[in-house]
Order: sequence, then structure tokens, then C-alpha cells
Amino acid sequence: MITGKEHAQVAQPPTGWQTRADIVFRGVAHLFGAAVVLLLAAIVFEVMRHAGSSMLKHRLGFFSGSVWDANRGQFGIFPEIAGTLYTSFWALLLGGFLGVTLALILSQGFLSRRGELVMKNVVELLAAIPSVVYGLWGIFVLVPLLRPFAAWLNEHWGAFPLFSTRLSGPGVLPASAVLTIMILPTITAVAREALAAVPPRLAAAAYGLGATRWEVIFRVMLPTASGGIFGALVLGLGRAFGETMALAMLAGNAQTFSWSLFSPGNTLAALLANHFPEAGEYEVNALMYAAGVLLVITLTVNILGSLIMMKATAGLKGLR
Amino acid sequence: MHRSDRHLLRALLALLGAVLFLLGCNKGSSGQGAPAASSAAAPAADTTITLQGSGASFPAPLYSRWFREYGTKNPNVRVNYQATGSGAGIKAFTAGQTDFGASDAAMTDDEIKAAQGNVVLLPMTAGHIVLAYNLPDVKDLKLSREAYTGIFLGEITKWNDPKLAKANPSVKLPATDITPINRSDGSGTTFVFTQHLSAVSEKWKAGPGTGKSVTWPAKAAVGGAKNDGVAALIQRTPGSIGYIEFVYAATSNQPVAWLENKAGKFVAPTPEAAAAALAHVELPEDLRAWVTDPTGDDAYPIATYTWVLAKKKYGDKSKSDALKTLLKWCLGDGQKLSNELHFLPLPESVTSRVLKAVDGIE
Repeated sequence: MITGKEHAQVAQPPTGWQTRADIVFRGVAHLFGAAVVLLLAAIVFEVMRHAGSSMLKHRLGFFSGSVWDANRGQFGIFPEIAGTLYTSFWALLLGGFLGVTLALILSQGFLSRRGELVMKNVVELLAAIPSVVYGLWGIFVLVPLLRPFAAWLNEHWGAFPLFSTRLSGPGVLPASAVLTIMILPTITAVAREALAAVPPRLAAAAYGLGATRWEVIFRVMLPTASGGIFGALVLGLGRAFGETMALAMLAGNAQTFSWSLFSPGNTLAALLANHFPEAGEYEVNALMYAAGVLLVITLTVNILGSLIMMKATAGLKGLR
Repeated sequence: MHRSDRHLLRALLALLGAVLFLLGCNKGSSGQGAPAASSAAAPAADTTITLQGSGASFPAPLYSRWFREYGTKNPNVRVNYQATGSGAGIKAFTAGQTDFGASDAAMTDDEIKAAQGNVVLLPMTAGHIVLAYNLPDVKDLKLSREAYTGIFLGEITKWNDPKLAKANPSVKLPATDITPINRSDGSGTTFVFTQHLSAVSEKWKAGPGTGKSVTWPAKAAVGGAKNDGVAALIQRTPGSIGYIEFVYAATSNQPVAWLENKAGKFVAPTPEAAAAALAHVELPEDLRAWVTDPTGDDAYPIATYTWVLAKKKYGDKSKSDALKTLLKWCLGDGQKLSNELHFLPLPESVTSRVLKAVDGIE
């Protein structure tokens, strides 16, 4: 309802105050927008500035070495890079499968509207649990649960490289399992969006041709949303790379890499968390180098994910 | 609706403007404000003096108790202590961010040079490091020097290894794997422990060596953060063994191993045995003494002092006076609290030397 007075206001040209407020607001919005970009640039610059001397000294040997010894000035992050990729790979495999399945259940009318809403919120709540709580849960609940299962696998299938050691406590398996749960909300939410963005008339047309529900899901919905789902996986992977606290508590912090799921390992983020507080000048430089490596890996993955998402939604434009 | 929206926008803009204005002012004043504020606080004698400190986490339970008790008796002095770890404590102290620091690994010559030599190292209390283990049916496990260095070198991997069985004839040790647990973060505890291992084993000295963090050679080794992280891991991991400060084993009731000392005797890790280890050390001029491998039949092998770092010259009399009285109280009445918190009270011969060093602070 527009009253007579407001009607008069709308009809008038903007007052001087309104124009000025508009200019100020636009300026502030631009300022904050630029500040975000500058902040990222400043962080990258700061990391690289400190990493510089270490980069010159250790060069590419940094990537292949597996000794981290501040006393002797030897730094190598092969176990951390391998451990980061390895734990994230398992988390992505399990989390991707679970997440996409959940996204299907939440978007394809398997549940009532109410049920969908409740499930969706429960999954999103997983993202609200602090990392350190996941870590503690891993140590006190998950590891004792996994231990007999791992011991059995090691006893009967020990010749298989994945099961070649015993699970003593922290290790790749508990770390990956907790990572899986941590990236689940990201993957589910983005994959659900992608599935929901598929125009309903595509499904309706397939049903009209006599397709079953499964055929519609696997031959129409998933392929059409595949770009977005792939983006969801990449975003989940980016999240897994950067996860710190839970992994510092669960990965085992051992300066080795092994294919065995039950042996302790380490990740880049955990290395940084563990060594920063007590590091001397040279070690800080090496840590900054490691941080730079992690930054590059994560940024690449995230940019890739965003590009794929953009492409996927662009392809759907004609269908709407 | 329309109208109230616009009002809201205007109010928000006004608020934003005010915030920006205040930020601007604040920045302008804080530039020259900091030194002005501290010099303004100095002349008023009856105002509260705040002493800022940070460093070692191992003596933190005792320090925070000291500073709390002292604070209730002397309400005009407030002491803030943050257990950031020895290395971070040294860094903050050298950079002048704190009034005093604390370190389990004292300070190296390089670190003292970085502080322009304007530092006195004051032993304030002492503690010992124990090997806690998780073997439910085994009490009073005895470990020879060969055994515990072997475990952490990764040469002994099973609990029923003959080297372990030899010292424990009355105990049936299980045929399970050993999981050595170490600190994943840099720490003074690791420094003291590896320093002892280096003193005991040539192989350790040539391999991992001594440091706040080293590369642990055992293949099954697992790292936990801080003393409590390691204690929790030992508790949750069957067949594990790890080094922690005595306080943490005492409060969690974890079984601890008897260790063989230099005299070839097995000694239980009691506070008395650790005190005996320290009794044999002569403190040098700079009060930096390490007990890498104590002599004496009753001495427990891994014990250490822990230091407070103070400046030789403060240039602020009210501050240095406050710190001096505080430290004197800690070395006097404060020592009586040590036993209760599982720390070792310093012997008279040591406190008298430290008190003299405290008197030298200006």
C-alpha cells in the first residue's frame, strides 16, 4: 500500500542527501570488495616473502625429502604432501559416494517435504561441529571401534599393501574417516543444488517416454547435473586439504608415508599446526614454504571447482 | 515498509560512518599512544602493576598457582602468564612483548645474543620426565638403558623382546607391538628427553640427536600435541609407551616405568629420586645446568630445572621492583606449594644462588 505522502516522495527526484548517501554506500561497498581481494593478495605475499629464503635454499629437494629436522636445517615435506593427498583421496571417495547419494535422497522426492528439510538441516549441522570435537571423537570413539576390524584385516589380508601394518591408534584410516564426515555437508549441499537445478520437465519427459524412476535418476538427472556434482567433489576436496585440527590429532604426526591404511602419517596442515608455535627463524621460513605449497594446491583445486561449476550451470541455461 | 527501509539504511550508514571515524581516531592515537600510556602509569605508585609473561607449559600449573596466590596477597600486582611453549616464550621475551619469559630448555647462546645479553636465567622449579605405558597387567615395568633407547630408536618393536624380559623376570610380557608415542609439537620436554637419550646412546646422538623436535626413527611412532595430548594417546592406545612430565602421569594414574640409571640401578620415578638427581649437579655462574645423565645410586635419570627469563636491566623501577619481590616470594614461600602440585622444591643451596641473581636485576 502506498500512501499519498509516499507516492509524492517516489515521484520526486532524489534529494541531495539521497544522492550523497547513494555515493557513500557505493564507495563503501567497493572498498570492502577490494579489501577482500587485497587481503588474499597480502596473505599470499606475506607467505611467499617469508618462504623466499627457504625456497632458494631447499628448492625442489623440499618436495622429495622426508626429513624434518630443525636442528640440522633439513626440511622436506614429501610425507606431508603424500599424506595430504592420500587422506583426502579416501575422504573424497567415501564422502563423494555418501554425499551424492544423500543429495539424491534429498532432491528426488524419496522423502516427504518435511523429511527432506529435517535431513538437509541435520547434514548441514555436521558442518557446525568444531574440528577439535571431531578429533576428540576420533580418538575416543572411532579408533577403538576401528581397531578390532583393522587387526582382523591385517591378520588375514596382511600381504595386501593397504592392510600391511597394524592400527595402533592414530593413522590414515581414522583420519580419512573423520575427514569424510567433515566434507559431507559441503558435497551434499552443492550436489543437491546441482540436482535441484535440473529442469523438472526433463524428468517429466523421460517419465513420459516410459522410463522408470531409476532410469530417470541415472540416465537423466545425474548426467545433466554431473558438472555441478563434479564441482561439489572438488570443493569437498579443497576443504579436506586444508583441514587441520582433527588431522593433527588423528593422522599420527609421523614423518613417514606408507600405503597402509593403518600406519601413522602426516598432512601439511597438521605439520604447520604442530611446528609453528616453537619454530625458530629458519624453521618458520621452511614452514612458510610448506604453507605456500598447501596454498597453491588448495587454490588450484578451488579455482578448478568454481570453473567447472560455472561451465556446468552455463550449459543448463538453454534448458530453462 | 518502504519508508522504514530507508530509515534503516540511513541509520546504518550513520553507524558505519561513526565506526570508521572512531577507527581513524584510534589508529591515530595508538601510534604515539603506547609509550605515553606506559610512562603515565609509572609515576602513580598506588596503581596496579601488571607483569606480562609467557612460555613453558610444563611449569604452568605451578606458575599459575603461584601468581594467583601472590595476587591475592598483593592486590596491586597482577601477573598474566600464558603457557605458549618454551620457544614462543623466548621469542616473545626477546621481542620485548613480555616482561618475563619461561623456558624448559633455558636459552641457547644464540638466543641470549639475540636478546643483547640483557637476560638472567633463573631456575624456579624442577621436574622429571617419566615413561608412561599402557600394558594393563604389567606393574612397575623396569627398563634398562638399552631397552628404552631401543624402543625409541625403533629397534625393539615387541613387548616380549628378550632385552625387556631380562630386566623383568617376574612379569609375563605380551607378544604385542610397541607403539612409541612422542610430542608432535616442538617442546622443552622433548629437548630434555632427547638430550638424555643422546647422553646415554651413541646411536641416538648420531641419529635423531637433541632438539625441541626431532625426527623419530621408530616406524610405528605416533605423535600427540602437548603433554596432555601424549597422555591421552597413551591412555587410549594399548601397547604404547611415551614420555610425559611426571605431573601428567600422576594426575592420570597411568603406570610409569622404572629406569636404569648411570649406576646401573633401577629407580622408580618418584619426586625424591628426581630430587636426588638434581642434588648432584653444581650450578654454573649463569645458572644454566643440565642433568643429562645424573650419577648416584638413587638418582632418577631424566630430571630438569625449568627457568624464568628476566631482563638484567628494566629501566622501569616500579616494574623491576615488583618482579623482584614476586620472584623472591616464589623462591621462598612459593616453593612450599611445589610438592602439592608434583613439582620438585629447589634445595636451599640452589635458591640462595638464584635469590642472589634476582637481587642483581635493576
